[in-house]
Order: sequence, then C-alpha cells, then structure tokens
Amino acid sequence: MCTTCGCGSSETLNHQHASKVGAADKTDLRLVQLEKDVLGKNKRYATQNREYFQQHEIFALNIISSPGSGKTSLLTATIDALKDQVDINVIEGDQSSQLDADRIRSSGAKAIQINTGKGCHLDAHQVGHAVEDLNPADKGVLFIENVGNLVCPAPFDLGEAYKVVMLSVTEGEDKPLKYPDIFYAADLMIINKTDLLPYVDFNMEQCIAYAKQINPNLIIIKLSATKGDGLSAWAQWIMKQRVLNESKHKP
Amino acid sequence: MHELSLLEDVLSIIEDNADSQGYTSVKKVCLEIGALSCVEPEALRFAFDIVMKNSLADGATLDIVTMPGQAICQQCGREIEVFELHTPCPDCQSFSLDIQSGLEMRVRDLIVN
Repeated sequence: MCTTCGCGSSETLNHQHASKVGAADKTDLRLVQLEKDVLGKNKRYATQNREYFQQHEIFALNIISSPGSGKTSLLTATIDALKDQVDINVIEGDQSSQLDADRIRSSGAKAIQINTGKGCHLDAHQVGHAVEDLNPADKGVLFIENVGNLVCPAPFDLGEAYKVVMLSVTEGEDKPLKYPDIFYAADLMIINKTDLLPYVDFNMEQCIAYAKQINPNLIIIKLSATKGDGLSAWAQWIMKQRVLNESKHKP
Repeated sequence: MHELSLLEDVLSIIEDNADSQGYTSVKKVCLEIGALSCVEPEALRFAFDIVMKNSLADGATLDIVTMPGQAICQQCGREIEVFELHTPCPDCQSFSLDIQSGLEMRVRDLIVN
C-alpha cells in the first residue's frame, strides 16, 4: 500500500496522490492536494526577466507610488541628470493613454507604454514582452514605472534589482502604516515634493519612523523632482548600485 | 483590486493540473492565505464566482485558510506571532523581525470529480 496517500498501489511514485473524500461517496468526489504558490507563474516570468537583465547588465528599478506622487516627474529629472552617463530606458505602466511615455520620450530616453486596461498593476509577463519590444541597450538603466497604486503592485516581482516606493509630502506621514505591504517589499523609499514642506502639515521624522517600523532596512532619500533638491543623492545611489549589481552577478 | 488577477492565477493552476490529476470539474477550492500577505479575503470571496464562471470550477465553493504570521526577533531571538507588518517584538520592542511565515498565498487542495 502507498504510504503517502493510502491507496492500494504498491508504488509510492508514478501515481496520483488523490484520495477519495469519504468511502461511501457515490458522486466520486476526491481531494487533490496541490500546494501551489498562487504567484508561481509570475515568479517564473520574473526570474526570466531577471536573468535577461543580468545577462545584458541592465539595472532595472520598479518604481511604485500612488497616482500623483511624481513618478514621471522624477524620471524626467533623472533622465536629465544621467543621460550623458548611462543609457536610460523606461517602461511606463498606466491603465490607459500614451501620455507618460510621450513625456519620457521628450526628455530624451527610449520609452514604451504598457496599458493595463482594467489591471491595477504590472506583472512580470507584461514586462517581459515590453522588454522584447523596447530592446534596451546593454549596460543601461531600465526604469519600470508601475501603475499609480500603492497597494496592488506590492506582491508582483517584475525581475527588478530593487523596488523603489515613493510618496510625496502632500500625502501625509501615515501612508507607510496605512499601506504597509509595499513599504515592507521595497528597498528604497523616496519622499518627494520636499519643496512643498513649508506649505503642508507633514511630519518627516514621523513618516520615516513609521516606514522603518515596517522595514528597518529601508533606505530613504528626500528630494524635490521639480526643483532638483536631493536629486543628486538619488542619481548617485542609482550609479553606485548599478555597478554593485553588475559585479554581484559577474561569474 | 489585485485579488482579481490573483484569482486568475488560481484558475490557471486549476486548469494546468486538470490533465495530470485527472479531473474535469472542481467543486471546492481551498486557498491558504497568510495573515501578513497583501490579500483581502473578502475581496477574494467577492471576485471568486466571477473569475471561475464558465471554467471547470464554475460554481465551486471557496475555502480560505488563514495562515498565522510567525517571526523571529533579530534582536532577542524570540519566536513571536505577528498580526501586522509593523508589530514590534513584545519582549525587546525591536521592529527587526525575520518573518518566517504569514506571507504565503497557496492553492492548498481541491475537491474534484
């Protein structure tokens, strides 16, 4: 008798481990144990993307925030700061329109727009196809601007080197406690629109303390994408991590 | 509502295993959802019937088993149960916790025929 499922087979392998649900059940219902990770398919695609990025020495960042925190403004400012040093490509995720990809292109980087339709986040399969179409140059930086949403993108690995979560000072310092999943998943937090601090009731220290309660290892950069304050710290972080990331994956 | 796309992944898992496990109809789906995962069980229940419609799990019932959050405090080494991602260690108040379980989202089993 099979010791795994208790059926009459003499072999423990090469048969299905599905047991009857109740011996007297005339409708032939049975239990099938699967133990499958719901995100397994996304993880497989993310692994393929990550391998592609490593082979081509592409430094990929997944940028996540609420709508209106300033993701696209941050990217256009970053492109301005770094385009003479490194090749920059952008995957733009939005439910509809080409507006953000157009903004990125006008700042001088190559961009492709993914319209998710009713989808509230990017997944690794969509990103894989976008990378095929975009064909980013080797040794460059790839920004993946996720759909504006602080909740749904959190569990979806896209194959990026790091997840970057951004909030702006107009949103309130309690965002990390209200939306903890993304702050737990992220490696770096950007606090944007610091130029507006004199005009809003935002407690910077409290915001950072909340974020560190969820993720003590979170790196924090404060900046103003439109005015440029703090942007150099962000640009330096990218260039440094890009080199570290490459050397980490060299044989 | 990412629960909708997670349920689409659940349906792919159900369909992908149908041939190898020899079933054509699913009566009940049991999901294990970690207490710390970013999934709202009520949203899963709300969307389940819609996603399963016209599939081999059309009309199936959904059973959600909540898996408790478990962590080891990296400061004092105590094993603790965690209910939220920003829970400190009750002994030393450290927030440096190594989460061991509670983030999972799994299709545990099916009742089929």
